Amino acid sequence: MKLHFFHLMPYRFLPDDFVEKHRSVWVDVPSELFDPVKGHQIYNENLDELEYAAQLGFDGICVNEHHQNAYGLMPSPNLMAAALARRTENAAIVVLGNSLALYNPPIRVAEEFAMLDCMSGGRLVAGFPVGTSMDTNFCYGMPPATLRDRYQEAHDLIMQAWQRPEVFSFNGKYTQLRYVNIWPRPIQKPHPPIWIPGGGSVETWEWVARHDHMYCYLSYFGHQRGLNVMQGYWDEVERQGKDKNPYRAGFLQFVAVSESDEQAEKDYAEHAEYFYNRCLRVYPGFADAPGYRTMKTVRAGLRAQFERQAAQAMSGQLKWKNFIDDGYILAGSPESVRQQLEEAARALNVGHMMVLLQFGSMPPELVRKNTELFAREVMPHMRSVFSEYEDNWWINPLPEQQRASPQPVEMAAAPAGGGS
Amino acid sequence: MEERTISLRDGMFQTSLYQAGSGDPLLFLHGSPGLRQGPYLEQLAEQFTVYAPLHPGVGESTGLDHIDDIVDLALYYYDLMDELGLESAHVVGHSLGGMLGAEMAALCPHRVRRLVLTNPVGLWRDEEPVLDFFTLSAEQLLPYIVHDVESETVKQAFARPDSPDAMMEGMFQRMQALTAAGKFLWPIPDKGLKRRIHRIQAPTLILWGESDRLVPPSYAEDFRSRIRDSRVVILKECAHLPMIEKPDEFVSVVAEFLNG
Repeated sequence: MKLHFFHLMPYRFLPDDFVEKHRSVWVDVPSELFDPVKGHQIYNENLDELEYAAQLGFDGICVNEHHQNAYGLMPSPNLMAAALARRTENAAIVVLGNSLALYNPPIRVAEEFAMLDCMSGGRLVAGFPVGTSMDTNFCYGMPPATLRDRYQEAHDLIMQAWQRPEVFSFNGKYTQLRYVNIWPRPIQKPHPPIWIPGGGSVETWEWVARHDHMYCYLSYFGHQRGLNVMQGYWDEVERQGKDKNPYRAGFLQFVAVSESDEQAEKDYAEHAEYFYNRCLRVYPGFADAPGYRTMKTVRAGLRAQFERQAAQAMSGQLKWKNFIDDGYILAGSPESVRQQLEEAARALNVGHMMVLLQFGSMPPELVRKNTELFAREVMPHMRSVFSEYEDNWWINPLPEQQRASPQPVEMAAAPAGGGS
Repeated sequence: MEERTISLRDGMFQTSLYQAGSGDPLLFLHGSPGLRQGPYLEQLAEQFTVYAPLHPGVGESTGLDHIDDIVDLALYYYDLMDELGLESAHVVGHSLGGMLGAEMAALCPHRVRRLVLTNPVGLWRDEEPVLDFFTLSAEQLLPYIVHDVESETVKQAFARPDSPDAMMEGMFQRMQALTAAGKFLWPIPDKGLKRRIHRIQAPTLILWGESDRLVPPSYAEDFRSRIRDSRVVILKECAHLPMIEKPDEFVSVVAEFLNG
């Protein structure tokens, strides 16, 4: 199986009374809580953490898109990916992704992803989420009723823009372009691997399987709660007569590795509580705009991930014991994490495991510890899992000899005095 | 009332329609959460032929995918009037239905005889925004839309369904109706009516509950000043739902106005 290092880039400095004073971490979170100087620090730390993970041999490093959100400081994951492309060599750059309906025109995504693929030498994984209701309906004002239709049209446009060599016109319902002819084009042919983050809607399973894209469930609630969603997906894959290759699927899992189970609690409990209690405080009215989910999904009784999260975050103080007992976080000694992670991957049938080793208020030293322990003590033991399957949803980078890399800046050439 | 289904544009739309009474035709256009039940329609039917359709995507009415915006919706209602054999009609619209009625009267002024806009949305001032009711549950919304949550009329109209299944079904129905409404109102209910409203020729009654906290009653003046033959009536001890909160007053004011 493949292991990816996922970063949400949370703001680490929400005040202790955040939950008492504010109704939501998202959409209308007060701007005065953000200190741009701390932001400077966080972005640099977080990029370091992703680069470190790449250096330690993670298969991919993952970034994602959120808006007006204090636990996800990446309105533009592509900016982060561009920075990462320069300072990493082999890891896949997994952008999970661009919420297609929010880009106008959506060929912007085709263009920027093509740039990233060229910059990185063909290491881009292109993620196409619909985006949460908070991001799309409330922060970006997209009408819920047409969001998915708009998303699907944008997807079709981007796929054509990457694959059709000729200049063509696109007469869509939401986008009309007389001359589609993007420059540059991606290195990976026919296109970079497409991963679709989903939250358990019936139509998404059907659509992803039909297009043979990869489906990933970016849950914050662990493998136990993730089972029914992944089962729904696999049932649909089977119904369409396709193979149940685990590389068709990805899953996000919080992991906390330490010397022992007791030490893990000492190290990580406070930061996990910060995440689950503060970062997931979402005002329920923003969690699920009417029409964001289709009536079919609503009637299927599948509640939106964030509706649940919000309810839980609002319900009071979650503690370390909850996270461990319910599998939100796989924690403990390397030995214990190895075993739990393999079981989880096999139960979910997931070949792409995205681990979240920085969560909540976790500072850089601790992220380093968690990342290092995971990479050295856990990762090597996971490599053989699912080795009998071929991963058709993986990057196809340029061979070593064709790769360019950043050259050192020439210090001596700078003119004396500077400026004009 | 008689409930029936009408097929439009070769089956592209199936429209659920309540119909009752006799007399001049009256098209009643409902607001975002669907057609509110109450005696007011039957009371109006004592003097008029009342047609109360459900908008596409609401209840059993289908075809929302074929309608992109409020102008499409207004034209769709002219198709319905054609099918019903109505050259013209009185139009009474509530909230979203008020916005829709105003659009209809602006698009084809000669087909609307008299127009009643009760607590309509459709205009916008930054200083006094219309409530973002999409973020509120039915329960949370109630104090914004009724004058007195404790009044018997309100309690009766908003009584909880007796079974969990019925409650669930009610939630589904509301969500479905708000999905449709979002197509016309999201994220700000200002969709160009201000560029068309001057075309309205029908004598117009602008009716508002004085305690409306969903669309503040100060918007009455915004409508009045843009519609040439219009007058405002403000109902006391009443908020966003005059036909539910003050059914008798609502019916008598509307009927008196329509009878000219």
